Amino acid sequence: MRKMLAVVSRVLTAVSQKPGAATETGRVLLATRNFANDASFDIKKCDIHRLEEGPPTTTILTREEGLKYYKIMQTVRRMELKADQLYKQKIIRGFCHLYDGQEACCVGLEAGINPSDHVITAYRAHGFTYTRGLTVREILAELTGRRGGCAKGKGGSMHMYAKNFYGGNGIVGAQVPLGAGIALACKYNGKDEICLTLYGDGAANQGQIFETYNMAALWKLPCIFICENNRYGMGTSVERAAASTDYYKRGDYIPGIRVDGMDVLCVREATKFAAAYCRSGKGPMVMELQTYRYHGHSMSDPGVSYRTREEIQEVRSKSDPIMLLKDRMVNNNLASIEELKEIDVEVRKEIEDAAQFATADPEPPLEELGYHIYSREPPFEVRGANQWIKYKSIS
Amino acid sequence: MAAGIVRGGLAGCGQQVARLLRRRFHRSAPAALQVTVRDALNQGMDEELERDERVFLLGEEVAQYDGAYKVSRGLWKKYGDKRIIDTPISEMGFAGIAVGAAMAGLRPICEFMTFNFSMQAIDQVINSAAKTYYMSGGLQPVPIVFRGPNGASAGVAAQHSQCFAAWYGHCPGLKVVSPWSSEDAKGLIKSAIRDDNPVVVLENELMYGVPFEFPDEAQSKDFLIPIGKAKIERQGTHVTLVSHSRPVGHCMEAAAILSKEGVECEVINMRTIRPMDTQTIEASVMKTNHLITVEGGWPQFGVGAEICSSIMEGPAFNFLDAPAARVTGADVPMPYAKLLEENCVPQGAEERPSSPRRPRGEPRREAAGAP
Repeated sequence: MRKMLAVVSRVLTAVSQKPGAATETGRVLLATRNFANDASFDIKKCDIHRLEEGPPTTTILTREEGLKYYKIMQTVRRMELKADQLYKQKIIRGFCHLYDGQEACCVGLEAGINPSDHVITAYRAHGFTYTRGLTVREILAELTGRRGGCAKGKGGSMHMYAKNFYGGNGIVGAQVPLGAGIALACKYNGKDEICLTLYGDGAANQGQIFETYNMAALWKLPCIFICENNRYGMGTSVERAAASTDYYKRGDYIPGIRVDGMDVLCVREATKFAAAYCRSGKGPMVMELQTYRYHGHSMSDPGVSYRTREEIQEVRSKSDPIMLLKDRMVNNNLASIEELKEIDVEVRKEIEDAAQFATADPEPPLEELGYHIYSREPPFEVRGANQWIKYKSIS
Repeated sequence: MAAGIVRGGLAGCGQQVARLLRRRFHRSAPAALQVTVRDALNQGMDEELERDERVFLLGEEVAQYDGAYKVSRGLWKKYGDKRIIDTPISEMGFAGIAVGAAMAGLRPICEFMTFNFSMQAIDQVINSAAKTYYMSGGLQPVPIVFRGPNGASAGVAAQHSQCFAAWYGHCPGLKVVSPWSSEDAKGLIKSAIRDDNPVVVLENELMYGVPFEFPDEAQSKDFLIPIGKAKIERQGTHVTLVSHSRPVGHCMEAAAILSKEGVECEVINMRTIRPMDTQTIEASVMKTNHLITVEGGWPQFGVGAEICSSIMEGPAFNFLDAPAARVTGADVPMPYAKLLEENCVPQGAEERPSSPRRPRGEPRREAAGAP
């Protein structure tokens, strides 16, 4: 019966050229098709350090959750690819570090915490900016440096902020002490909130991170240190940069887990596990997410001088996070291919609209060059490029 | 011999009587309240900790040691572990933690044992604190205070004697203050803590133990000194001396000496390095026609250089009768030996030679070499 309905729906959607009618009919038929409400999945066991047990190895994904994660990951993917395009057209300039390939990390992490928790990351930040609540419009317009950008065009790719999201940080590793400070504020305020503090495999060798591990453990700060290990710090592979590539163990006295960062469900479960640990007042935890970026380090790096095209292709074909989720959902009757394709179409449209806006929106007005030097300050004057050029500065 | 004793005794008696008589008619003025700079800072922080729960202090030895220089004495006993936090020796780490806490809504006071150690953490001060409000388009304020002793001390040699006024004063997004007196210290630290922006408070170790008269208004819990406003410590008509921190005291000494020779110095205590109160300096130079800047830091690219440059660019330039002169630290890393060290910092007596005392109208050429 189900097969017949599927065939009928396919025929109807294929035959009719009228866009509205066809999809509507198709949708009606799809709606009547019985999807499972949820399904149980086995997920990879996490390696653990200084822990008795790790996150669970099975999890339940509901249809609703699955569709949501799919859509968000697809949005991040397409947004990053659009940024690539705009950069090549020179509409985006400067630094642009793209996140495609790593979508399961930002989506899985967000799924494991509350909106009232806090997140801080480094410069590969567009995905998190989206999962933390900003729109694609605001993000792309910030990349193109327009007044509609989330930082009014003043920050660019590496300096996007949202509620409970502290950027976007350009100095490698500097965001880690900041994250522990945010966690200190969480503990100080006693509100049961935690802070996810992200850094890459390259940053993992920064001294200030070890200073931070020490203080976070000493003061039992509710901080999850998350190393997004995408195997390369710029052009240097982990083997060439670190004496120990077990990033989840680098916190030494801090317990750690190593997670499959290409599987959104694995990331989600690990995050819930770590979050519960931190919230219980036991102190920080380290989480290593094993992931991969398809693009080079930034838009000025083709990404093939220090790694092979074969390696990139292999990850794409075997471990792509969106593909993994899609296969799981379709094979377990949580969604149909058509449905997911529709989501793709929606996402494409959203990105297109956002790109249009980001290209058409004007740049910030020159008169506002001096704005936002100080917070809550009466207006004053700021010197321009010479003593006769003055800009007004307001908060 | 006996007579001598009696005479002495009588004289003594007489003196006593005279004293007693004097006492009846003698009215003593109420003793002015003397407060050291250290106590003023302590008071200021104590009051702000009490006033706002979000304020807390962190740094090395600030809690159980009562502060490396005892500036935070008694605070840990009063406020406890949550609000007065001893840190490990990890400047970059704890400065970053302080900045993160400020981003999340607390109001930290981050102490550097001396500002020399802030160099380890300077990235957090500049890139994480100073620039963030601007980079975020006005979304993310950073209400933090970085404080500690700055500049030369006594015999602590090169790595522990640098003045950071010019380095921090260089950066947009920061406010930088440099108190001299106790009243400065209290008013400025309180303003700094209440300010929603990153404020660097450059204290001075040699000033911590110096007592100053504390005016009545400074004794109030709401006594604030506005950041960005200089104070004219002494009115004068012949030459303007502009200074900050300990050298203000040297300027006052020099002014007293010169006054006896008929040269009246106007001494300006900058109080704030950034935003600089150029207006007060300009108005003074337009009155006296002569300018000398005095600072402890190195001469090149320093505070004095900035003041001279600003004066050149503004209305006061036309009122100068001689080029502005700078008194600074010597252009060397600070030596240890006392004789050498003494000659590396501005001293009261030294300012005599450089003060250009000549009548108006003399050609500038001659002014350059004149004593």
